[in-house]
Amino acid sequence: MKTITHYLLLCAIAVVCVFPFWWTLVTAISTEGNIFAFPPTFWPNQPSFDNFIEVFKAIPIWSFFRNSVFIAACTVFWKLALCSAAAYPLARMHFKGRKLVFGLILATLVLPSEVNFLVNFITVTKLSLVDTYTGVILPNVVTAVAILLLKQAFEEVPQDLIDAARVDGASEWTIFSKIMLPLIAPWLATVGILTAVEAWNEYIWPSIVMSKPDEFPLSVGVLYLRGTFGSSTRVIAAGTILTILPTLAAFLFTQRFFMRGMDGAVK
Amino acid sequence: MSRVNLAAWLFLAPALALLAVFSFWPVAFGSFLAFTDYSLIRDTHWVGLDNFRYIFDNEMFVTGLKNSLIFLLMVPFVQIGALGLAVLVNNQLPGIRYFRAAFYVPVVTTVSVVGIMWGFMFHEQGALNYVLTTLRLVGAPVGWLSNDSLALFAIMFVTLWRGLGWYMVMYLAALQAVPADMQEAAILDGANRWQRFWQITVPMLRPTIMVCTILSVLAALKAYQEVDVLTQGGPMNSTFTGLYYAYDQGLKHLKLPRALAASFVMSIFCIGIALLCLRYIKPKHR
Repeated sequence: MKTITHYLLLCAIAVVCVFPFWWTLVTAISTEGNIFAFPPTFWPNQPSFDNFIEVFKAIPIWSFFRNSVFIAACTVFWKLALCSAAAYPLARMHFKGRKLVFGLILATLVLPSEVNFLVNFITVTKLSLVDTYTGVILPNVVTAVAILLLKQAFEEVPQDLIDAARVDGASEWTIFSKIMLPLIAPWLATVGILTAVEAWNEYIWPSIVMSKPDEFPLSVGVLYLRGTFGSSTRVIAAGTILTILPTLAAFLFTQRFFMRGMDGAVK
Repeated sequence: MSRVNLAAWLFLAPALALLAVFSFWPVAFGSFLAFTDYSLIRDTHWVGLDNFRYIFDNEMFVTGLKNSLIFLLMVPFVQIGALGLAVLVNNQLPGIRYFRAAFYVPVVTTVSVVGIMWGFMFHEQGALNYVLTTLRLVGAPVGWLSNDSLALFAIMFVTLWRGLGWYMVMYLAALQAVPADMQEAAILDGANRWQRFWQITVPMLRPTIMVCTILSVLAALKAYQEVDVLTQGGPMNSTFTGLYYAYDQGLKHLKLPRALAASFVMSIFCIGIALLCLRYIKPKHR
């Protein structure tokens, strides 16, 4: 009896979380009837892929898709490279200024960095990076959260391994690249996946840096549907589904990495 | 400089360089520009507090500041809700994985899509109004996003919907770190579920609760993207938030100094409130 009420409660909350997705999907694959009517249709009516085909005709969705993949891949690569390099000394080396550096990194979490793009646009303009993917990617490469997570990962590696390597005369670089990085591979995967989803989802900054519609990532391009197809809600819904499909799939197949990412953040 | 120092700084250099350019410089240079009349087309002059006088006389910013503070009301709902959810899914019931996934899915959804989907939901003839009128919770369909006294709360609800799963996972991780033998010992001592939750779980979770609360307070103060995709500040400027004003002025009206002055004020709020939180939510039993 207790288990049944437990499940009922879980189901009720799950419905609230998932229903908007379901309704958008129903809207996207139905072709008949009024979307906004009482009672609304909660089940597909005359299902077909027509609305999705419309999306492909209306916007260059393949280019958007390619751009998104490219931006996400580059962000992941550079973030893993630079943030793990920064996290390593913070976790395992005693050097002057460590506390200060760590404090500065934490400070970026407090300040409203969400509007840094106002000044960053001036910087990117001065560096002639407007309309380049470098401009889109660079400001997102180093984040406090990634450094904190990877620092946590490095701290869990037993000191014996490092000491043994030092005795063998390995340089700091060898220790880092040959011993430490392979050992924290699961954490690199976690940060990588979180970063890929974040980069995929970002929409304000790329819409500022890129001016040619062909160069937009999907998250920005999908809003184009609202402009060109102001009337056809079903096509917008179909575009929405196409946009979130990759992140949803990535999340569902790699759930444990997401759960672990947070695990580290707590500590 | 010793060898270790040199190595450490070499490792840190690329990351610090990027942080300096794209995280610290915007704060420093932005704070400076807030006191000037910067624009791309003419020379920059120091104007003292003019921008600040302007924004504090501006109805949109004052509403925004007030709304950002109203947003803070969400923090207890998010935190208690997320902790409750974490307790609900902290077990090995069959299928529990799928429930965890369902609660987390809103977190991985891009905000532009969230805006479109909830635009459908909040439509006057949309699903939400249908459910509420059918259950007789409201008499007639409500214009959630077109009513100036409701729209802000509709947006707050969406941020709650987006945020719950994230904090749930944080709490879930912390719950799983609570040693099982402590719970068992308490059961032997005859403590009931409720007592165990308050006497063992909550004190053990204190550090997590502290971190999550601070993050949630900061997130509430900084909310603006949901505003952009749902109402763009309307109806009648009732859903402006402090940062949305900065975004709106800086990006849509190209009034950079005003935008930066607004962001400067929000920074002060964020720092002040973070310090307050750190002072009052100290871990006790340490």
